[in-house]
Amino acid sequence: MTVHQLSVFLENKSGTLVKVLKLLKEANIQLIASTIADTAEYGICRIICSEPTCAYEILKNAGIAVSLADVFAIQLDDVPGRAADAIEIFSREGISIAYLYSFLLKGKGVLIFRTDNYEKAKEAITLNNLNFIAEKDLSKLL
Amino acid sequence: MIWNEHKECMSREQMRELQGKRLHKLVDILYHNVPFYRKKLQDADISPDDILSIDDIVKLPFTTKQDLRDNYPFGLQACPQSEIIRIHASTGTTGNPTIVGYTRKDISIWSECMARALTSFGITKEDRVSVAYGYGLFTGGLGAHYGVENLGASVIPASTGSTEKHVKLIKDLGITGIACTPSYALYLTETMNKLGITKDDISLRVGAFGAEPWTDNMRHEIENNLGIKAYNIYGLSEIMGPSVSYECECQHGSHINEDHFYPEIIDPETLKPLPYGQQGELVFTTLTKEGMPLLRYRTRDLSILYDGQCECGRTNVRMGRIMGRSDDMLIIRGINVFPSQIESVLLSIPECAPHYQLIVDRVNNLDVLTVQVEMRQEYFVSGFDTLTPITTLENKLKDKLKSVLSISAKVQIKAPNTLTRSEGKSKLIIDNRKIE
Repeated sequence: MTVHQLSVFLENKSGTLVKVLKLLKEANIQLIASTIADTAEYGICRIICSEPTCAYEILKNAGIAVSLADVFAIQLDDVPGRAADAIEIFSREGISIAYLYSFLLKGKGVLIFRTDNYEKAKEAITLNNLNFIAEKDLSKLL
Repeated sequence: MIWNEHKECMSREQMRELQGKRLHKLVDILYHNVPFYRKKLQDADISPDDILSIDDIVKLPFTTKQDLRDNYPFGLQACPQSEIIRIHASTGTTGNPTIVGYTRKDISIWSECMARALTSFGITKEDRVSVAYGYGLFTGGLGAHYGVENLGASVIPASTGSTEKHVKLIKDLGITGIACTPSYALYLTETMNKLGITKDDISLRVGAFGAEPWTDNMRHEIENNLGIKAYNIYGLSEIMGPSVSYECECQHGSHINEDHFYPEIIDPETLKPLPYGQQGELVFTTLTKEGMPLLRYRTRDLSILYDGQCECGRTNVRMGRIMGRSDDMLIIRGINVFPSQIESVLLSIPECAPHYQLIVDRVNNLDVLTVQVEMRQEYFVSGFDTLTPITTLENKLKDKLKSVLSISAKVQIKAPNTLTRSEGKSKLIIDNRKIE
């Protein structure tokens, strides 16, 4: 029910992000979405891409601090208010969200989020018929 | 002004004779009372009767900080425990602090040396002097305190911290003298600015500054900001504490209390004594100390000795400004910090890789130590992907460093394989304070 996400620890200085992206480029891995959470000194770059397991191995072998996380990807119709509806469900169920970001894929909005309450989130998605994307389906959507 | 003209202006011949007699007596005491020194002297095939004049000092073995550590806590004590009336402790490198016990006579001599220094700075019994060195295990606070009392001036034991209250007291009590670190003096002026108090509102006229290296620029800044004359005072806890040497009004180096602390300058590599005027490592022998006397203690401070009578009338040898260290010790806000202490903290935390860098800056006149350390790649891979564990790690490091170093440090977590790898230890340290 989840997709793989790369989380890369980066220092806030020029060249660090380029190094990561170049390694992915060389392996012909396509970026689908990315976001950076930052503090003054460092940040974590979160990446959804094609072949995440392969990308993870490449970055790890290059000595980069990288981890592979399982995050939920919910597909929404491209109309106002859909995100609010989805988040309201989680809020009602008491599912806290560690981080969230969104992007458009083939005209549809996709919400990516991480929660520590994995089972409860799964349950809420199923019960409310939310349209989730599984890892195996992600590359088909490209 | 001179506190003890007889001792401070002695002829060179008389001084050397006195030093020779005292050295002979000292070696005799150490040989018979301190097993560590007896063994060292026996190994060098020296008996107390071989040391008859001060020139014989070159035959004696050196003492190092490591010797102090190896004999922790009381191995180098030369008198019965019942004679010790005070014990100070300075920062240790990896674990044990340096313990120094003082007898009643040691405290009396220390107060005498301190009174000589304060008198040399123009302080009299009419003055009110606030001591803003840290009081406690550090020798600065109590050392200066006893000196001011011995001189007969009024001492205000302000210590560090509560700076706003201190400023108020300086103003309201008409305090005329201050003893503290030069960086604290600058911090004090900032606090005054914040409170809207200028140098015209206060009666300070003289300051005794030591415990950390400082520059002429800092001297001018302090003098201008506080409207005072600023003097250097030098000391180290292993030898005594503040007042091993002190400036006079001529400020051509600091006069050493040579009748108590015999100075030498050596080449730190060959350990051969160097002539006056050449830069090398300062070495002191405590000629009169009873509690923990030391033979040829290697201070690791780099300086120069000058002979010749000073225009002030004093005849004792002067030492130049401390130009650096022959080891990697850092002095941060007056506290001795060894990189090995920081390393031991980092190695005790499994998330940290053994790659680090220390950066020292002076921000708003206060020393700031930043510890940059690489996190282990495995640590990140193990599955977390938020910033929380990293800030938690930072805080854990900060707490541990604070408890080991007794000063706070900033911590920056670096990505794996990002810090420069270097062969020499010194490259791990970037000191941006520009003390030269």
